[in-house]
Amino acid sequence: MMRLLHNCSRLLQLFLRQGYHTLKVGVFLGCLAMLFEALPVYAAADLDVNTPAVAAVKASMQSRHLQLLPHYQSGTVGLTADGFVAVKEAGLVPLSQRSALAALVKDENTDRARLYQGMAAANGHPEWEGEIQRTFAQRWIDKAQAGWFVQRDGQWVRK
Amino acid sequence: MRTWLLVLSATGLSACVTINIYFPAAAAEKAADKVIDEIWQVPAGQSPASSQHSAPTATPVTPSATPVTPTVNPESAP
Repeated sequence: MMRLLHNCSRLLQLFLRQGYHTLKVGVFLGCLAMLFEALPVYAAADLDVNTPAVAAVKASMQSRHLQLLPHYQSGTVGLTADGFVAVKEAGLVPLSQRSALAALVKDENTDRARLYQGMAAANGHPEWEGEIQRTFAQRWIDKAQAGWFVQRDGQWVRK
Repeated sequence: MRTWLLVLSATGLSACVTINIYFPAAAAEKAADKVIDEIWQVPAGQSPASSQHSAPTATPVTPSATPVTPTVNPESAP
């Protein structure tokens, strides 16, 4: 055991003496690598939102927004704290239209989930989906127009 | 001393690798804003767009003042 340790330390000493130059080159290359590795961080400062999948979801949500807008304004539908939409007051629409409303909300939420997933995947980090969803949840609520209902601390609040 | 250098450079390198894994919160917020604006600006963006389409033909004609007023109304209503 002791011999093994001794051998190890001798090997290390040998390497340090002989390999001093190599070490210097190694440190230099390491610094270079750090520099180049830091670059993609800045390059990735913008998240890509223009993949075909994301664009398709956006277009679908854009057209649906025209149908959802009156419901946001009336308070039938509100923005949830987790980045989705929910029927807040179904009683505001006639009974005959409630299933259509439920379908509208369901479709919107499907698209929203696809948007979060698609944006994470578009940037090569599928594991970012949750973070992207949280970011969106906050921004949907921040950008909601006055009079819309948003969920804060588990309660519906009118903006 | 040299071993410390080696350890230091190794730590530095691994630190750099971890930076890449961090979630870019600011960039995500910017991207989210862009996407939300695109999705939600449809009603606001569509009325100017439709008025733009009608504007070139409509401006020379005087009764065209009427299509302009409906675009103002939805904005002032909420």
